[in-house]
Amino acid sequence: MSASAATHDDHHDDHHDDHGPAKGFMRWVYTTNHKDIGTLYMITSLIMFMIGGAMALVIRLELFEPGMQYVDPGFFNQMTTLHALIMVFGAVMPAFAGMANWMIPIMIGAPDMALPRLNNWSFWLLPFGFVMLASTLFMEGGAPAAGWTLYPPLVLQTGDSFPFTIFTIHILGISSIMAAINIITTVLNMRAPGMTMMKLPLFVWTWVITAFLLIAVMPVFAGAVTMLLTDKYFGTSFFNAAGGGDPVLYQHLFWFFGHPEVYILILPSFGIISQIIPTFARKPLFGYSSMVYATASIGLLSFVVWAHHQYTVGMPIAGELYFTYATMLIAVPTGVKVFNWISTMWRGSMTFETPMLFAIAFVMLFTMGGFTGLMMSISPADLQYHDTYFIVAHFHYVLVPGSVFALMAGTYYWLPKWTGYMYDERLGKLHFWLTTISVNVTFFPQHFLGLAGMPRRIPDYAVQFAEFNAWSSVGAFVFGFSQLLFIYIIIKAVRGGQKATDEVWEGASEHGLEWQLPSPPPYHSWITAPFVK
Amino acid sequence: MKGHNTIPMNEDYYLPHKATYPIVGSIGLTTLLVGFANQLNGHAIGSTLMLAGTAILVFMMAGWFSEVIRESLAGNYNHQVDISFRMGMIWFITSEVFFFAAFFGALYYTRIYAVPWLAGEGAFESTGELLWKGFQNVWPTNGPDSIGGVGPEGHFEPMGAWGIPAINTLILLSSGATVTWAHWGLYANNRRQLIIGLIATVALGFLFVFLQAMEYHEAYTEMGLTLGTGIYGSTFFMLTGFHGLHVTIGAIFLLVVLLRSLRGHFGHDNHFAFEAAAWYWHFVDVVWLGLFIFVYWL
Repeated sequence: MSASAATHDDHHDDHHDDHGPAKGFMRWVYTTNHKDIGTLYMITSLIMFMIGGAMALVIRLELFEPGMQYVDPGFFNQMTTLHALIMVFGAVMPAFAGMANWMIPIMIGAPDMALPRLNNWSFWLLPFGFVMLASTLFMEGGAPAAGWTLYPPLVLQTGDSFPFTIFTIHILGISSIMAAINIITTVLNMRAPGMTMMKLPLFVWTWVITAFLLIAVMPVFAGAVTMLLTDKYFGTSFFNAAGGGDPVLYQHLFWFFGHPEVYILILPSFGIISQIIPTFARKPLFGYSSMVYATASIGLLSFVVWAHHQYTVGMPIAGELYFTYATMLIAVPTGVKVFNWISTMWRGSMTFETPMLFAIAFVMLFTMGGFTGLMMSISPADLQYHDTYFIVAHFHYVLVPGSVFALMAGTYYWLPKWTGYMYDERLGKLHFWLTTISVNVTFFPQHFLGLAGMPRRIPDYAVQFAEFNAWSSVGAFVFGFSQLLFIYIIIKAVRGGQKATDEVWEGASEHGLEWQLPSPPPYHSWITAPFVK
Repeated sequence: MKGHNTIPMNEDYYLPHKATYPIVGSIGLTTLLVGFANQLNGHAIGSTLMLAGTAILVFMMAGWFSEVIRESLAGNYNHQVDISFRMGMIWFITSEVFFFAAFFGALYYTRIYAVPWLAGEGAFESTGELLWKGFQNVWPTNGPDSIGGVGPEGHFEPMGAWGIPAINTLILLSSGATVTWAHWGLYANNRRQLIIGLIATVALGFLFVFLQAMEYHEAYTEMGLTLGTGIYGSTFFMLTGFHGLHVTIGAIFLLVVLLRSLRGHFGHDNHFAFEAAAWYWHFVDVVWLGLFIFVYWL
């Protein structure tokens, strides 16, 4: 892939787009620039990552040893609930949206996102939503404590914070839907001449499919929580058996959203990894079109497997069988991706800079999380694993060394492009090793805890689980504090350092349009569209 | 529009440099929702905040849309921008479809699974025997405990299909025809046909809402049918209520398009707002057909 050299320095004519950012704080409030908005998303995400992480440390502190030490059970449940909501909606999703904003227009040779004002609103709803969610901690009855899934009837016992939680979800949902509409429109309508769909970088492809998922499932979630609201305050009976409804109905609605949602959290990671591995293996991505089709298959399958989250709730046997087999099918396209990444590395001229280290760790550790998922797809076996620490270990393996590692890999990969300076490679590697070792110390023992029968979402446990829990807590604290190093590395690279070249990584300009722009790119990039051959 | 370029020229794609209204929208929406939450928690400040939030949102929409209309009239938008708007609207309507799907899903689930299971069908025979003995699988129902309704029996009368709902079906289908007729007028540069068609559509839209309000009034005062009447009342009012809200929004949307048509804003090849309103209207129409069949009729 290559483009004609018309890039940054040939637009100093009298064009109306030719000016830099506005001055002062209001620049960020009023901005329509995709890079500004991308930066805002990523800063927000980093803040939420630290807040959600602090909550995780409260959880791990209490679980360090058996017995009740630091927090009361009610507050413990508020922490597990908010930790999940904040990490999913506050840390991971905005981080991917930020990278999409920064990179998609650059990668497809567009001047900006298709609908810049809408883009501004997508971001600027988020801070309001999160302040609303955080404010629930100080309300009568405390923050929501029924788990991020908000299952009735338990969630209907929430105090004053209940409607605030529901409305937070509405606000975040509106934000996600608008962002998704913008991304699809941008990719379908704003590609540079010659940039056909089957030349799109994988990161763009995975985001297009993610955006479809968002448009389809966020409204269903909004509808489901609206039913919760009317059940509590307006006397409806959606989830009340006495009135002819069914609490299990909520679980179906939630997981019709929830399962595609977990793919919303992982598909852009696949995209990032598919960008990084070819660069550092110095080979084109193996099986490009099969990657595209695999991603689309995963997206489609995600709509028809939701009830594997509910095997124990009581379903007709045909349902249990169907959802078991349908779920196992997902392993096929996912396996295609893993084999393609490995084949890309096969006989490559590999180097192991920090982004590549994170990418390789992603492939290994995400695959492990995938395998435990396969174990749980089997409904008779899942009866044993359900609601134990085994599931906690499983989804943390796919979300932390999965999504979060991909985000870290992407950050190191594109940071020189964003800031114009190389990050400190030595510190980056240190951050990688601290993170990778501690993440395994944290989550690996949880598999054994779960198999031995330790239930999730409890503040206290039987003495037999003490040792693995202690290890897990130690790992969690090392992991948590290692992320301060990550923030330090980012700030250091923002403030200066060794100048990054346009290409940043050796030979990277073969791997995407972003490496043909200067580092950092001008405020308005691709004012003249590149021609992609 | 500046002609149909086959190769997009990035220079010609209009990019606004300052978006002042989104932050106003965020403040308005948050005020409205914080107010609503306070209202639900029984705090007196709730209704005031809700009013303030609504006012801010109305101000935001008026300002934002006027800005876009001004830019459109100034000829800033080329064909590619027009396509972006169209795609945006199509995907927005798609998301709305899925919002309604959640409530239709709730209706199907309760009718196909939950209610029969409560009545002890299939493998649930003993459950029915032990929990809700004597409860019959019939639809409409307000559940084994007869939630809502009138008197100790929780009696209510279901809404029939062949009164107001059938008339409303005719009204909405006719309005779909009139809006298309108006569109043909626009294509043919026939201003009179455009405006008469739009007036008819808007009138039919508001007539629909008026008749639905009458139907609701009858349900609440004479039929013992309310939002709280078990699962039937819940699904009936949430589905038809959200649909009615969308009809109202669509009718206001068409009214704005009518006012803009009167000022001559649209040309035969430049009328995205008209088409967006028409698409939205057809979407509302199709949802109604689903409602008529599954909520009222079957």
